[in-house]
Amino acid sequence: MLDFLLEPFTLGFMRRALAGCLALSVAAPPLGVFLVLRRMSLMSDVLQHGVLPGIAVGAIFAGLSVWAMGLGGVVAGLTVALLAGWLARRTGGREDSQLAGLYLLALAAGVALIAGRRGIDLTHILFGNVLAVDDPALFGMAGVATVTLPVLALIWRPLVLESLDPGFMAATAGRGGLWHLIFLVLVVLCVVSGFVALGTLMSVGLMMLPAVAAQHWSNSLAGQVRTAVLLACLSSVAGLILSYNLDIPAGPAIVLTAGALWAFSLIAGSRASLWRQAMPDA
Amino acid sequence: MITFDDVELRHDGRIVLSGVSGTIASGSLTALTGPNGSGKTTLLRAIAGLHPLSGGRIVRHGLEPADIALLAQGSQLDRSFPIACRDVVALAAPRVGPFRQIGRDQLAAATAALSRTGLDGMDRRPVQALSAGQFQRLLFARTIVRDARLILLDEPFTAVDAASTQLLLSVVHEWHAQGRTVIAVLHDMDMVRRHFPHTLLLAGQTAQWDADTGIQAA
Ligand SMILES: Nc1ncnc2c1ncn2[C@@H]1O[C@H](COP(=O)(O)OP(=O)(O)O)[C@@H](O)[C@H]1O
Ligand SMILES: [Mg+2]
Repeated sequence: MLDFLLEPFTLGFMRRALAGCLALSVAAPPLGVFLVLRRMSLMSDVLQHGVLPGIAVGAIFAGLSVWAMGLGGVVAGLTVALLAGWLARRTGGREDSQLAGLYLLALAAGVALIAGRRGIDLTHILFGNVLAVDDPALFGMAGVATVTLPVLALIWRPLVLESLDPGFMAATAGRGGLWHLIFLVLVVLCVVSGFVALGTLMSVGLMMLPAVAAQHWSNSLAGQVRTAVLLACLSSVAGLILSYNLDIPAGPAIVLTAGALWAFSLIAGSRASLWRQAMPDA
Repeated sequence: MITFDDVELRHDGRIVLSGVSGTIASGSLTALTGPNGSGKTTLLRAIAGLHPLSGGRIVRHGLEPADIALLAQGSQLDRSFPIACRDVVALAAPRVGPFRQIGRDQLAAATAALSRTGLDGMDRRPVQALSAGQFQRLLFARTIVRDARLILLDEPFTAVDAASTQLLLSVVHEWHAQGRTVIAVLHDMDMVRRHFPHTLLLAGQTAQWDADTGIQAA
């Protein structure tokens, strides 16, 4: 049993993956909480598909350099995020079909760009490959986490106000758009930095699932953020152990764990869960 | 003082108001009235600088955006957001920004504003748990801490029971006594007559100042 739990982390690459995933588990879920509260969950779909063409272009021009692929991913992610925001304003909130169009297009473009290249494994890019977590990839994850937390702390109050009451924000401080943009940059950085270990499709899972689950445990923002971070760290550790022992890619293993925690929260959480609804007085 | 000089306002190219001229004196208490769709909300938003003028000007005589507080009709405040009443109010305090903490003073001011609007002891109550009337009181508390020189209230007493209305009306009078300029959109003509020395009536795309509503100057 102990072997099952500890053996994975006797290996260098697993330790690197663990360190990177824990760093992201601290940085990404708070962003996820805001995405959920702002009803922007769909944005995470757009991003997970949207970064793909950028990563592909980075790989085409600079080979398998994590930095080049990361940079391409960030540029592409920001582009689709801004495009999505623009579409949302244009369509007055009825943007979901437009956003679906956008991310399908991005996914198709990314797959088409990558599929023709030899030496790049599409599965690794989409679902992650812990073996590929080299030092640059680890520094990327740790670096993004290091930047995200202080910046988030800095924009916390304006971001809360903008999420709580955009009309009020617009009427008073005005610069709601600026905080929103900084927030989007952080989201894109977190999604992209996780792609080596978790894959583009799965790294969003570490951001969103713990955040959605946390809603069932706390009715304060700080409480939800703390819960989400805790759940994400749990998912990272448990997911990597499963990934190693069952020989499944790390991304899906971590997201499956996070998904199981979400399902548990939905059923048994202390707030608005199925259990609570069935037994209001319990 | 706010001066309107031949102001014209449009929505999607369609004229809502035109030829509005006149002044609202500093420290005055004005009721803005008129039928639904007559442009009251649009005019208030224009005064706050949130709706572009398609003609004329509004001179604000040194009032900065930070000096103006608008209590909007159909507030966009997300009532499912996990936040406590006191924090909603404290976030509205002037000069809260990225590098400026919410200090003890602001929290104390928020608590005081909550109790002024009859929300004593609701500091930690989540906004989700408020009734419609309590929510309107919360918006008033938030307006109090703005400490603004010009206060714009858009249908502030909608969904508020009689007792709450009396309480909130006393807040409006207190603002007036403190020398703040207050403009409130109202439908209750009896209340307008009893409490508002000045009126601005919107009808037929234009404005009529201190129209005869049987007002006794106060
Ligand atoms: N967002 C909008 N887009 C287009 N027309 C609008 C919009 N808001 C209001 N209007 C129109 O402008 C006119 C004035 O609206 P409004 O200022 O909200 O009136 P009031 O507050 O007096 O009820 C109405 O005819 C309304 O249909
Ligand atoms: Mg109106």
